[in-house]
Amino acid sequence: MSAISVRDVWVEYGDQIVLERINLEIASGTFLSVVGPSGAGKSTFLRLILGQERPSRGAILLDGAPLPSEPGADRGVVFQRYSVFPHLTVLANVLIAYEFEASRMLARLKGQARRAATAKSETLLEAVGLAPHRDKYPSALSGGMQQRLAIAQALARAPRVLLLDEPFGALDPGTRAQMHALITPLWRQHGMTVIMVTHDIKEAFGLGTRVVALDRSRHDPQAPGRFGAIVTYDLDLTRDTPVPVLGFGKPIETGRMGAKADQKEAQHDA
Amino acid sequence: MNIVPQRGSRIFLAFVPFFLIALIYVVGSTERRAANPDDKLLPPVAEMAQAAHRLAFEPDRRSGDLVLWTDTAASLRRLAIGLGVATAIGLTVGLAVGVVPVAGATFGTLVAVLSMIPPMAILPILFIVFGLGELSKVVLIVFGVTPCLIRDLAMTVANLPKEQLVKAQSLGASTWQVAIRVVLPQIMPRLIESLRLSIGPAFLFLISAEAIAADVGLGYRIFLMRRYLSMDIILPYVAWITLLAYGLDFALAMLARRAFPWAYVEEPR
Repeated sequence: MSAISVRDVWVEYGDQIVLERINLEIASGTFLSVVGPSGAGKSTFLRLILGQERPSRGAILLDGAPLPSEPGADRGVVFQRYSVFPHLTVLANVLIAYEFEASRMLARLKGQARRAATAKSETLLEAVGLAPHRDKYPSALSGGMQQRLAIAQALARAPRVLLLDEPFGALDPGTRAQMHALITPLWRQHGMTVIMVTHDIKEAFGLGTRVVALDRSRHDPQAPGRFGAIVTYDLDLTRDTPVPVLGFGKPIETGRMGAKADQKEAQHDA
Repeated sequence: MNIVPQRGSRIFLAFVPFFLIALIYVVGSTERRAANPDDKLLPPVAEMAQAAHRLAFEPDRRSGDLVLWTDTAASLRRLAIGLGVATAIGLTVGLAVGVVPVAGATFGTLVAVLSMIPPMAILPILFIVFGLGELSKVVLIVFGVTPCLIRDLAMTVANLPKEQLVKAQSLGASTWQVAIRVVLPQIMPRLIESLRLSIGPAFLFLISAEAIAADVGLGYRIFLMRRYLSMDIILPYVAWITLLAYGLDFALAMLARRAFPWAYVEEPR
């Protein structure tokens, strides 16, 4: 349905190699967490899938077809900040997604079509708990509410892939926990493939069904840009599959982390 | 630093310097009159009021016009057309330059160079090409104001978070849709701010053009009266022009806050 293949992808900016030899087969419906230290190319990886950047070498396929080289409606995104439009109310922020789709020239809907789109938008706002705030401007919302709005917005066009770029990074721990409880059911319900970049290891294991770590494995002090980040860990956290390990030295710990993640998921479901 | 005046005292404080200036003027005017009854430099307030009244409410003996109002109408018309055209061009080109990289690469440098040409330096060219009529004055305002508008708006577009443009595209928006639904509304408040800042230069160009070649207009009248040293007319005219400019500025500020409330939420009341 929405499987992503990343085949031998390299990203280079001039002399600097950011990512090298990235090979990933992401199955449809996966919740993939991407972790790694700052500057390891996590966001670059996300921008590749988003179509905001192109790989220098290699190919990325979405359901077997080459990925379009610009952002499109099949890939939704939630950024850490600036994801919502400050000049639109909460409702209009979601509605605009349907207006982009249905009205090519004016991007505005009228009458019956507008009512239908408004109803759909309201359902989405309901799902993220923002229905009572539909007429507010984003500046009147808290950080967590803005991120929930960004999620509702991203879901409007029913994307096949949802990309999350440290979506909860700027939130306080309590709000973050609420967001975690919100995102899992949405992901299940919409059957999307989710790719989440995060700094928070607990979050990565708590939400993901698969965790990929990007890091530079080699370092040349004379030429810091010589080696890019590779996939250093690739852990499948689903219960039924054995844990495939790529260059992973301590499988026992992996098991423990996986169990913890399952526990957490059970908590969220409750 | 921590003592913030209340609304009432703020209005009072705003009037204090005006009152002081008026007081100094009146004292100076009286002094000079006492020394020389024919002094023209600082006419008393009563004489200015009389002159203003004559220009505003008594038909001119030769043309039969109410001079102040025909001057105001002519000047405001030139100003409105000039600023209107400048806004239309500035908004269109600024949006294009900011949103479409190809347009930015094509016209960015051109606009930057054009904005460095002193508009007054090309006034003779305008007079030669467009004649001495209305058109050359309007074109001068357009030429003087538009490049700055374009650059300001293009920069505002460039300062929009990239995330928003990507987000819009990930919702299926085309470049055109991003331009009209995401970028355009967000640069409108800045457009009005920019226009407010352009009112000063626009009046400067208007008065200059009218001073050099016109037969009606606020600038024309001032420079005509200069020949007779009629400070009793020039001073009220300057005050009137200032009031018009300030009123325009204030109206635009109010319009922006009314039309784009989301842009001013951070502003202290």
